[in-house]
Amino acid sequence: MWVDAAATPDFTRLRSSLLRFVVPATVLFLAWFLCYLVLNAWYKDLLSLRPGGIPLVLLLAAGQFVSTFALTAAYNRYARRRLDPLAGRVRARLEGASS
Amino acid sequence: MSSVLVSSVLVSSVPAPPPGPVTGSAVGDPVLNVVVFAAFLLVVLVVVLRVARSGATRSSYYAGGHGFTGPENGLALSGDFLSAATFLGIVGAVAVSGPDGFGYAVAAFVAWLLALFFIAELIRNTGRYTLADVLTVRLRERPVRAAAATSAVVISTLYLLAQLAGAGGLVALLLDVTDRAGQAVVIAGVGGLMLVYVLIGGMTGTTWLQIAKAALLVGTGAVMAAYVLGITGLSLPKLFESAALRHPEGDAVLRPGLLYGGGALAQADLASLALGGVLGVAGLPHILMRFYTVPTARQARSSVTWAIWLIGGFFLLTLVIGYGAAAMVGPERILAAPGGVNSAAPLLALEIGGEIGLALVSAIAFATILAVVAGLTITAAAAFAHDVYANLIRRGTATAAEEIRVARRATLVIGVLGTAGGILANGQNIAFLVSLTFTAAASANLPTLLYSLFWRGFTTSGALWSMYGGLAVTVGLIVVSPAVSGTPTSMLPKLDFAVFPLTNPGLVSVPAGFLLGFLGSVLGRERPDRAAFARMSVRALTGAGVEHPVHGDPSMPPPAGRHRQSPFPVTGARRAADPGGPERPVIRPAAGSPADDSPTGRIADGPLVGPGAASLPAGPSPHRVAPGAGGRRGGSTGAFFQPVTPPGHGHRPADHRRGGGPAGPPPS
Repeated sequence: MWVDAAATPDFTRLRSSLLRFVVPATVLFLAWFLCYLVLNAWYKDLLSLRPGGIPLVLLLAAGQFVSTFALTAAYNRYARRRLDPLAGRVRARLEGASS
Repeated sequence: MSSVLVSSVLVSSVPAPPPGPVTGSAVGDPVLNVVVFAAFLLVVLVVVLRVARSGATRSSYYAGGHGFTGPENGLALSGDFLSAATFLGIVGAVAVSGPDGFGYAVAAFVAWLLALFFIAELIRNTGRYTLADVLTVRLRERPVRAAAATSAVVISTLYLLAQLAGAGGLVALLLDVTDRAGQAVVIAGVGGLMLVYVLIGGMTGTTWLQIAKAALLVGTGAVMAAYVLGITGLSLPKLFESAALRHPEGDAVLRPGLLYGGGALAQADLASLALGGVLGVAGLPHILMRFYTVPTARQARSSVTWAIWLIGGFFLLTLVIGYGAAAMVGPERILAAPGGVNSAAPLLALEIGGEIGLALVSAIAFATILAVVAGLTITAAAAFAHDVYANLIRRGTATAAEEIRVARRATLVIGVLGTAGGILANGQNIAFLVSLTFTAAASANLPTLLYSLFWRGFTTSGALWSMYGGLAVTVGLIVVSPAVSGTPTSMLPKLDFAVFPLTNPGLVSVPAGFLLGFLGSVLGRERPDRAAFARMSVRALTGAGVEHPVHGDPSMPPPAGRHRQSPFPVTGARRAADPGGPERPVIRPAAGSPADDSPTGRIADGPLVGPGAASLPAGPSPHRVAPGAGGRRGGSTGAFFQPVTPPGHGHRPADHRRGGGPAGPPPS
């Protein structure tokens, strides 16, 4: 029966919707983090600039924080709108009684 | 050099201060420090005692009755995560080394996205108390449980050791106790206190300890940062300027390179450290354990979201505090103080708030150690009692009462061993232990978890390969690395068997863990179990069966007496009123009922909390799981899932007394 449930269109859509968000998001944030590491390792001069009195390296670090906050918010929104309803449908069917 | 500094930043524990004449005894007034810490202890103790009654059941001893809300657990997660040196170490590293000192914070922070995307909700949907609960949903019970328990116990115990050993340095700094014997007494005291809280309060008490500590830590951090910014007239550029003026290296403190200036090897070591940090967080057993303290996947999501905001906000504060310490205290004074780099925050507190300020920061540092070791101890104890004792030794025949008794004993033994080890290791340079635990989690636990959640071809042998293999590679590489021998800063400086060039093995061990999991699955004779994978993924992604029984799968163990302590009244007594009562001792039939696809099985499940309820201040009625429905098995392999029912999506939030067994059409 789990196999049947796993084959329902709702479930396959749920799975692909989840992956469609988290995989690119993960690639994105890891690449962005890698960019932070690489710049730190090999572009120290560039990062030593101080636009507006704030070291670029710290702006870049802060950028990591901003992107993390943004992805967190985006994921929450996506999960609420797209994933939760699908998951709810699959679950309701499995649990039968409760709805 | 760089690797040493790296480690000391990473380490939550404070590397022991350089031996020898102590320059300027401890700052501030040790008595006051103790008094403030005692006040904190007392407040937490009162809370713990009020919730203590609920410590008698498995669900509450291991998972706080699954009754915490997302925000509460988010605070507790940050409490678990922000260890003494995350705070002291990062502030100090920023003050002394500038942007490079902040690098660890960045890595450790972005890591949480992995926990949010891949781990938190799925774990909550499939597991009940331990990592093994999750894996055994699709893999063979006994070998996998043994592997997961080994990994959890090893990782948590090493981390525990590092934390307690590091306490020595703090003791010297904050209490002016510089001789070994005196420090041993204080470390033993911290270990003993931790045991009191864990034994009395179980996971519920531990969680409150984390929450109290996190609130205090973040609050104090905010005040200190606000003060620093206030002095500079809310101008960041001014803050940076004054830090550079005070710093012996001048402007270098505003540029990358002070810490990681070295050649290619240093860069590789840094990358290795970063890899372990980024991938390790989501695999740390004591972090995973926290996801079981909430009732639903949705609350697990909200926990991580809260944790991300709190930890991120806090790390940004440490940046300001670090530069504040550089500007107001100065790197030379920081490095000369007992405790070295770690004394930056306490010294700044002294500057800002006088002795009271220092006492507050000291108390927070101790509370931090206390809270983190409590979380570690209970994690290791749960892995032992639930996985090794109840499921492997007793093969599921242990009653809940027996299991809890063993869990308490395991707590005691692990706590005592950890404390003794910490005392013995005090003063050793074992800073690498912390990066070791992160890397081990990234190499052993994360591949196994990700594969088992998302890869249909994963098998039990794959899991064994990735867990044991990942652990072995990590530990093996550390042993032959410069962290252990071959350099003056190694643990064994006089020996040299360091054949692996990097202090941090992550660059090799993490890919090795993933590769081993893949090879074990592909090369092993075992064929992947498609049906079990279907069960795993459906349960993980939907939370089916968490709140309401699923018909047709007798292999799903119903949750054992899960109960929510009375939910959200306003007072702190909320969890004291535990309507659940002790978990019924239930004899579990051996696991693994076959009829996976039979439409008749069911689980009796008392939902903890209605969907959405936990986000409300006045939530669901207390309820307990009624004993009932036929297939009840005292709970084991983890089925305690919770659904993420969106409001309006089907389930009624409130009524949970469905022990009587659900009825309803079989699914699909």
